[in-house]
Amino acid sequence: METLLSRFRNITVLLLVIFAQLILLAYQVKNDKDVRLIRLAAVTTVTPLARVIESVRGGTFGFLQDYVVLRDRRVENERLRTELGQLKLENQYLKSELSTADRARSLAAFETRTPSKMIAARVIATATGASASSVFVDRGSTSGVQKGMAVVTPDGIVGKVLAAYPTASQVLLVTDPSFAAGVISQKNHTRGVLKGLGHGTCHVDYVQNEEKVETGEGLFTSGDDRVFPKGLPVGRVTSTRPGNTFQDITVEPSGLAGGIEEVLIVLAAVHQQIPELKTSTSPVYLAPSPPAALAEPSGATATGANPPVAAKATLATDADRLREHYKEVGDAQNHKFGEGLPGSKPPDFNLQVKPGSKPAVAPAAPAKTPAVKPQTSGTAPPAAPPPDPKPDDVTVQPVRPPQ
Amino acid sequence: MRYSDDHVLSHSQRETQISRFRAWVLFLVPLAAILFQVYVPLFFRFLAYLELPLIVTIYFALMRRSPIGGLLVGAFVGLAQDSLSKNPLGMFGITKTIIGYVAASVGLRLDVDHPFIRLILGFLFFVFHQFIFWALSRGLLDQQVNFETQRTLVLGLLNAIVAVSLFHFLDKLKHRA
Repeated sequence: METLLSRFRNITVLLLVIFAQLILLAYQVKNDKDVRLIRLAAVTTVTPLARVIESVRGGTFGFLQDYVVLRDRRVENERLRTELGQLKLENQYLKSELSTADRARSLAAFETRTPSKMIAARVIATATGASASSVFVDRGSTSGVQKGMAVVTPDGIVGKVLAAYPTASQVLLVTDPSFAAGVISQKNHTRGVLKGLGHGTCHVDYVQNEEKVETGEGLFTSGDDRVFPKGLPVGRVTSTRPGNTFQDITVEPSGLAGGIEEVLIVLAAVHQQIPELKTSTSPVYLAPSPPAALAEPSGATATGANPPVAAKATLATDADRLREHYKEVGDAQNHKFGEGLPGSKPPDFNLQVKPGSKPAVAPAAPAKTPAVKPQTSGTAPPAAPPPDPKPDDVTVQPVRPPQ
Repeated sequence: MRYSDDHVLSHSQRETQISRFRAWVLFLVPLAAILFQVYVPLFFRFLAYLELPLIVTIYFALMRRSPIGGLLVGAFVGLAQDSLSKNPLGMFGITKTIIGYVAASVGLRLDVDHPFIRLILGFLFFVFHQFIFWALSRGLLDQQVNFETQRTLVLGLLNAIVAVSLFHFLDKLKHRA
């Protein structure tokens, strides 16, 4: 037995090591848990070194520019060129400083104007693997960073915290295929889910073919994912294409444009409004509203009588005009609406009242000529002749039956 | 010039000629390789395709000619690489464990000091590494990833060229008794 084990010792150890790692893998996949101890050891070993290297690089870069390149110029022994070189170097250095200051100011400005509580962080390393889409930043759990927090720049969202370690955090970038975030389009307010494609672009999933998304339209976070606060810029739609059920929408993320050096981690998210799409600022001409006389479809205008404009101007709707007409008809016949008992005589609504006429105060003696002639057959005659108004106030004309 | 089988297959004397390294070399070189992989691509994105941890694993496994030593180096480097990736721990670990074991077994039979052999081995082991990782991703994690053959072959050649140069440098770190 001992001989057998020593004979197959190598393969036995290989199988044991692989088996142990398979167990480790199965534990993580099945329980959806991470073996934090091993990762913690690796991250705390590597990230401080990366941070030191980054500091050294930053320091030596300026030194090399200020000294080595300057020294090269002096070796050339050309005074003018040296001075020019110095000025160029200085200019470049100042531009670099200005750029750094601009970035810092831009971050600070964004941090102050956004209601969410944020903390600035610097990217110090990228993850291993050729297709890795995650980076490490120099802020960890000691700075209040937690797993799942959003990582943004003023230009747009960058990713979310995948794991927070004491000295550093791992950030999953928006371009990673496993990344997802709820987005909403700026113009048409169409909702979808942003997913990474593994390279520089992303796509938006779950947008029905019937919904409208335009190329060039801006996308913002919708806040539905409970990771990113609503209203942060995401990117621009570069292409849309109808698919089987959902549209195939490609997005260029704006947060990663030009590389990422400094980022902001959202410690406490506060939702914002989606900014309104800027429309043309040139004033639009609106014609004046039509005069009331023109709005009057028939009636007095048709009979040649002009109604008082001031009085009619308040009659904005047909219902108002009809109500006014009935009121005049009622006044002309000394009838007060709402006072008669059920079954009492209603006013004659077919009377045509002269506009501007005043109602009779009291009914006088019956007129010699009937004010209202009974209608001919085919129309129901009124139950009784209406009270006789003053002849000069009210012009009562018989209504012709329809021919 | 034809490289004869006599040269390719190692002599029995060579089998016992195991390269030894100091402990700090065995620790710092893989660490530096991992550090390179996590830091340098920040500035030179294309260098992310350089699998320095794999190259270092292959080198130590080939040179030490110990299958157990090779698989342990592979497991250590792989797990460290896993820790800094978004993968579950064990994906790179299992892959590099197998590579370390196979490389050490090959190192017992071939003259691994010759640059041409190193180039071929570097290429083959890179392709093998990518294939195992792809198979594990599909088989164990159920990830729908494609094996990009053409890209893998090109990257394999690139990594093999870098491996030959790096092996030459690492040869100088051998412990001479």
